[in-house]
Amino acid sequence: MSDPVVVKPPGGTGDAGAPRGASAHTPVPPPEAPIPPQTEVEPKSPHVRPGDRIFKGLATGSGIFIVVLIGAIGIFLLVQAIPSLALDNVNFLFSREWSTGDVSNMRYGILDLFLVTVVSAAFALIIAMPVAMGIALFLTQYAPRRLARPFAYVIDLLAAVPSIIFGLWGLFVLGPVLTPFGEWLTSTLGFIPLFAKGNVSIALGGTIFTAGIVLAVMILPIITAVSREVFDRTPPTHIEGAIALGATKWEVVRTTVLPFGKAGYVSASMLGLGRALGETIALTIILSATGSNFGWSLFDGGATFASKIALAAPEFNDPKSAGAYIAAGLVLFVLTFLVNAAARSIVAGRKEYE
Amino acid sequence: MSTDTTDLTRLATPPTFQSVSGARKAKNLFATVLVSLAFLIAVVPLVWVLYTVVQRGLPVVLNADWWQKSLSGLLSRQTGGGVYHAIYGTLVQGLVCGVISVPIGLFVAVYLVEYGGRSRLSKATTFMVDILTGVPSIVAALFVYSLWITTFGFGRSGFAVSLALVLLMVPVIVRTTEEMLKIVPDELREASYALGIPKWKTIVKIVIPTALSGILTGVMLALARVMGETAPVLVLAAYAPYINYNLFDGPMASLPLLMTSERNNPTDAGFDRIWGAAITLVLIITLFNLLATVISRWLAPKTK
Repeated sequence: MSDPVVVKPPGGTGDAGAPRGASAHTPVPPPEAPIPPQTEVEPKSPHVRPGDRIFKGLATGSGIFIVVLIGAIGIFLLVQAIPSLALDNVNFLFSREWSTGDVSNMRYGILDLFLVTVVSAAFALIIAMPVAMGIALFLTQYAPRRLARPFAYVIDLLAAVPSIIFGLWGLFVLGPVLTPFGEWLTSTLGFIPLFAKGNVSIALGGTIFTAGIVLAVMILPIITAVSREVFDRTPPTHIEGAIALGATKWEVVRTTVLPFGKAGYVSASMLGLGRALGETIALTIILSATGSNFGWSLFDGGATFASKIALAAPEFNDPKSAGAYIAAGLVLFVLTFLVNAAARSIVAGRKEYE
Repeated sequence: MSTDTTDLTRLATPPTFQSVSGARKAKNLFATVLVSLAFLIAVVPLVWVLYTVVQRGLPVVLNADWWQKSLSGLLSRQTGGGVYHAIYGTLVQGLVCGVISVPIGLFVAVYLVEYGGRSRLSKATTFMVDILTGVPSIVAALFVYSLWITTFGFGRSGFAVSLALVLLMVPVIVRTTEEMLKIVPDELREASYALGIPKWKTIVKIVIPTALSGILTGVMLALARVMGETAPVLVLAAYAPYINYNLFDGPMASLPLLMTSERNNPTDAGFDRIWGAAITLVLIITLFNLLATVISRWLAPKTK
């Protein structure tokens, strides 16, 4: 408005860079009036500016989009899965077979996938939970203040390493290192089904045992990050009270930090579990394929939901056999949804964590 | 005189500060050792993984050809060649994903912080963002497969990969942006309203610029995260050993996809390519992480 040079005498525009005294020559605005008589008076009724309406619409729309998106994921997977489920000749939930190559006689069930997925994720969680708690305590309570930040950064770096690299490392480097330990476990504790000789070769390292340890490393940063945040919020008055009563460092932690952070820690572990259940490529690389069923041993091979889908993905050519894998993906989606929702509900409504 | 002092200092009751018993001391020491050990345990795999990648990959990537050539026309056992076709794919798929995700994520965060309040939709959105954070990458890939490829009838392409990555990137951007918008002081907003500035302009000109460095840092970290995702490229793109500039059509390589397809190549050349691609991927991710740090330093709001 004020950009072009005003050639005409300054009419209504009093702000066009004209010196204050100049306004005295202009006939239109009376200089003695402190408030110029504007035609546009502030509206009395709440008038929403169009810019505001558009912007709010975009923001709210994006919020709705997220909600719809989750629904769409479930619905689309379901729609794609149903025709294939109708062609399934065995019970989808309780069969251990998986053959989808012959579309006229598809026989597939998810029991084995489910068991391998849950067992490897649970094994990873059992390893990762205590270590993550230790790290979170170390970073929030024990480490020197000045070093806590760089140390936390180191743990976060673990989350930045792509899972495919963890997978390659697990198979080619960690697997061979673990082999003697695995053989020792099967020979001494083999009478326990969990440590019995599995259906794949331990020497090759493609066992649930190796996979679980790699998974544990991968979920460590998630559990640590969330627990750390919760432990950090322990009210200082609680800690100081415990110190004033003469508690040692460990007693302070045990009587104030742990009770305060327990719910957050459990929630963090559930988030880690959700991540472990859905981890794809690391397990695809590590786990050896096997023809026999899962026999409840950590030294079995097999496939999880995610690794089964990933292995078959390049050959998704027939929509009917692809539908079988999409059905498995749907089960995985529901599983992670439940775990994540549970993790959230544990901490939901707790004011002290806000 | 000396006797007087002893009388005065002698305590009627046992001293308040008794020494800590041996058992408690031992327990305390044990806990300290255990907790420090936990940290060291976590550092071991990190160092080990990085060492493996550098040791096996570095000799491969020191060759200039690695960055300038593709694997086009090479047999699986032939050494040489490079991965610029895969680097191109990884960067372009990631950047296109970022271009789509950033506005969506930004608007969702603005909605949650500035408009949502405690409404039901706001709570539902927060919940769904949490769920989306936990959606496995393979499920995101299957969703895009059933939407983009089966339902809409498009072919496998780099763009489909970008769409799947959007699902993984949006929740990360929402989370970081939300945190950053929350710490913008309300006084800034109020001062802006007091000057009669509309709410949307306040958000665009005051709130977001104040939080910009944090938001951009989050975007860079999210980009680094999605570029390493393998499951979506496995389902949604076909591998090509040559360069393909077209994001919308034809097979397109990316570093993770190159690594998975070279796993079927049992020769030394294949082995070299896998670890070379691994270190290249790590370098790209490190670059984006560094960029995030630089941005957060450089663009941080001047406090003075």
